Amino acid sequence: MKFFLLFLLSVKISLCATAQNSVALQLPSGFSAQVVAQNQGRVRHIAIAPNGTLFLKLERLRNGFGIVSLRDLNQDGIYEDSLLFGNFIGTGIAVKNRFLYASSNNAIFRYALDANFQPIHPKNPDRIVYGLIDKGQHASKSITLDNTGNIYVNIGAPSNICQVEDRKAGSPGRMPCPILDSAGGIWQFSASELNQTYAHGIRYATGLRNVVGLDWNNEVNDLYVTVHGRDLLFQHFPQLYDAKAGAELPAETFYRLKKGQDAGWPYVYWDQFKKKKILSPEFGGDGIKEGAPQAIEPLMGFPGHLAPNALLFYTGVQFPKRYLNGAFIAFHGSWNRSPEFQEGFCVVFMPMKNGIPTGEWEIFADGFSGKEKIMSPREAQHRPCGLTQAPDGSLLVSDDVRGWVWKISYPLK
Amino acid sequence: MREIPVTLLLLCFSFSPYCQGNTTPNSIEGAKLYHQYCMSCHQADGGGVPQMTPPLVSTNYVTGDKKRLITILLNGLNEPIVINDEVYYNPMASFGYLTDRQIAAVLTYIRKSFGNQSTSVSTQEVSKIRKQLANKN
Repeated sequence: MKFFLLFLLSVKISLCATAQNSVALQLPSGFSAQVVAQNQGRVRHIAIAPNGTLFLKLERLRNGFGIVSLRDLNQDGIYEDSLLFGNFIGTGIAVKNRFLYASSNNAIFRYALDANFQPIHPKNPDRIVYGLIDKGQHASKSITLDNTGNIYVNIGAPSNICQVEDRKAGSPGRMPCPILDSAGGIWQFSASELNQTYAHGIRYATGLRNVVGLDWNNEVNDLYVTVHGRDLLFQHFPQLYDAKAGAELPAETFYRLKKGQDAGWPYVYWDQFKKKKILSPEFGGDGIKEGAPQAIEPLMGFPGHLAPNALLFYTGVQFPKRYLNGAFIAFHGSWNRSPEFQEGFCVVFMPMKNGIPTGEWEIFADGFSGKEKIMSPREAQHRPCGLTQAPDGSLLVSDDVRGWVWKISYPLK
Repeated sequence: MREIPVTLLLLCFSFSPYCQGNTTPNSIEGAKLYHQYCMSCHQADGGGVPQMTPPLVSTNYVTGDKKRLITILLNGLNEPIVINDEVYYNPMASFGYLTDRQIAAVLTYIRKSFGNQSTSVSTQEVSKIRKQLANKN
């Protein structure tokens, strides 16, 4: 009997191992995916240098380090050479003008890169910005740069909806919301000055609960972001929202941002069905009343809670022409659609021209979770988290569960 | 013949309110409360959400000291918590507005669900700790 159980156990283990190695991505016809790195840790955002050196930002230290530089020295398409540096966890990473920028949850650092795009002083980065709010919740600091020497950083609101008591049923919203002075928006800093604090930066845009995906669109020279919308509409207001509405609402949103704009959090949320800014029930809303007339509208509303974690405008020539200047968005997948199934462990594409969507969004790459139905997010084998475009025009996708990186190419090799 | 008392005991266990003078609420009430107040964050399987919501499985916070567990529900938890080397950041608001009986029911439920096999929490135990906390403030 004991042996039989042991046998069953070993079969189960080997089946699991096989399943983990066989996550097959579903892609549009003609595209192919290759796993180019595995088991790199909790890989959040990724960035690539012009010579193909890939940088990964880790949410959990690996041997005491939070940045991985990967190289494919033998040119077989798989990254095998790694260098670990940076003693801080975080999400944001970017390469610009022979500098590597990386964020912790309260600061931004800069590493000068040598001719091979390796950090010259891996132990001594320049500290560009420090002292940003980090209260655990929504603490990740995503970054991107424009072409005129500025860096943009998300400072997520350490709150769900700016209640007097965070996430407590019945606790009213704070009017005006004091969090917005130092969080709940995008801040702009100089990309080259050292030791900047809030006083040196500009609150570039506000009313953004938690931006995790952001990218500079070079076609129209503007900042675009993807926002994680609020939680707990159904749980806290069952008289206004049923379970289905609570799973679908509010929309996860995609905005084009200009300096000084306000996207309305916490006072309103975007209802993607009504296509309206609906007043939050904590601020007197009833699911119908509109609010915040001054606030801008998003370019697109996605189903609720899918967690858009990365945004990338495609500028390559490898993919078919319809992809040029369109947006790829990596969705991390939801945790708070229960009692419905969790959804959205995928990469989405939205065709765009002149900075404006020209059609509906579509699922571009799916199957990362390795499972048809996900009830709880920890069942997902992989969760997409970061995106970058390789010099040859391929799209790279990172995963923060098992630390895989996929390279998606066209046409089939 | 010997099996009858065991069956009775099991019945008593499942419908403990009827066996212990209504002090330990039954599991149906606990499950209902869990679905209503806890499941969206702690998940249907009690597994929590990586980096956000702590799991209710394989942790002494749930199966261990009842006083600590009751206190978390009554006061909420506003600091990051470390469980099995993983940090969880999302705050939990106080559930002090639930009755002592409801808190006992839901805590009993989580201590006996998701593979947990711990003891029940009684209404009296919650009342006692609520009083102690009130005296402290």
